[in-house]
Amino acid sequence: MNCEWRGRLNAYADGELKEPEFEAMQAHLRTCSSCAAEALGRMQIKRAVHAAATETFVPSAEFRAKLLSSIDEAHAPRRGLWPALVIATASVAAVLVAALILLQPRNRSDVFGEVVDLHTSVLASANPVDVISSDRHTVKPWFEGKLPFTFNLPELQNSEFRLIGGRMAYIQHSPAAQLLFAVRKHQISVFILEDSEKLSKSLGKEATGHRLDFNLETWPQDGLRYIAVSDSNAADVEKLSSLLRAAQ
Amino acid sequence: MRDDRRNADTFAALALPLLAPLYNFAHWLTGNREEAEDLVQETYVKALKGFSSFTPGTNFRAWIYRILRNAFLTSRTGLKANVSLDDEENAVDEPAAAGDPESLLLARLDQAQVRNALEQLPVQQREIILLCDMEEMSYKEIAETFGIPIGTVMSRLSRARGALRELLSSKVQRAGL
Repeated sequence: MNCEWRGRLNAYADGELKEPEFEAMQAHLRTCSSCAAEALGRMQIKRAVHAAATETFVPSAEFRAKLLSSIDEAHAPRRGLWPALVIATASVAAVLVAALILLQPRNRSDVFGEVVDLHTSVLASANPVDVISSDRHTVKPWFEGKLPFTFNLPELQNSEFRLIGGRMAYIQHSPAAQLLFAVRKHQISVFILEDSEKLSKSLGKEATGHRLDFNLETWPQDGLRYIAVSDSNAADVEKLSSLLRAAQ
Repeated sequence: MRDDRRNADTFAALALPLLAPLYNFAHWLTGNREEAEDLVQETYVKALKGFSSFTPGTNFRAWIYRILRNAFLTSRTGLKANVSLDDEENAVDEPAAAGDPESLLLARLDQAQVRNALEQLPVQQREIILLCDMEEMSYKEIAETFGIPIGTVMSRLSRARGALRELLSSKVQRAGL
């Protein structure tokens, strides 16, 4: 029960183990079910804390404005006109920066960019998924109660694809299931959410796309919108997409 | 004068994107809006004044979080910033979870319950969990923010998580999940 590895589970869950140790831990977790359950539990608590605490409290617009002006005051002119001018320019710059932040120059209808962001942030994360399982009968029920719809996942046993797990995501402010699949060394994210005209308009009703190094395929199915995205080749994305279309 | 202007620009570019996360963190520390606003304001004023002591290329986030935390600890709780909050030497590992599946159940708690548990934690445990799990700071960044060695970060974090887990599991039991 009290394994010598237990003391390093926090570092593992926090993504702080470096290569040789990380590999050794991974190998250990494959053989020690008690540590594996413990590691999973810690990652889930970590996720839960992240979700519960991030952006819980948001500064009001009035406070932002007040803060900006107090920064200016703290930097107030001491003597002569010249410093005052300099400071005026500086505060204009500060206001501009603040305005840029407030405006968030991101094209809201750019669903492609959004799903690529979500996919890459999962690739970069130490704990990419909230439910870790290669079993569709584990992953699918996990989403029940979290999403206002259900979906079917394909049997992958005789394919080159492997289900890694899933997590909740938001696309255009709508809740979505994000499923992570592996194929060879690559990973594919599949997003499933309620279909809308806006989504079809932004992505195309049934479309494939390529941008930077990412391939995307999207289609409507039973009132839902499916979006598959990956840095893997277009053929892989298409193959997984057709497995998903056939799933029941 | 040119330096002044360049400094103010650089400061704005570095500090303003952190306003929302700093405010959120400040609210988590103080527990209310007015104090969070005061604390963030004090932090920005102090940070701008002391900006010349910031070494470009080093971690600005750790630097400004450290200012916020010190301001909080000194002016609001009367504690000294680097006071040893607990016995660092006698690091005990988290209690081994009794009946492992329990840890999996904890994730079923809803956000309100997790928030409530975080609020119930003593502030010195809450802050380290928030920096690690919410801000996703590395141990090194947390060490810089707190001005303590990485080993101490690990032992504090371990104890804080043990306490959080106990709070969460008491909620699970009460909810009969």
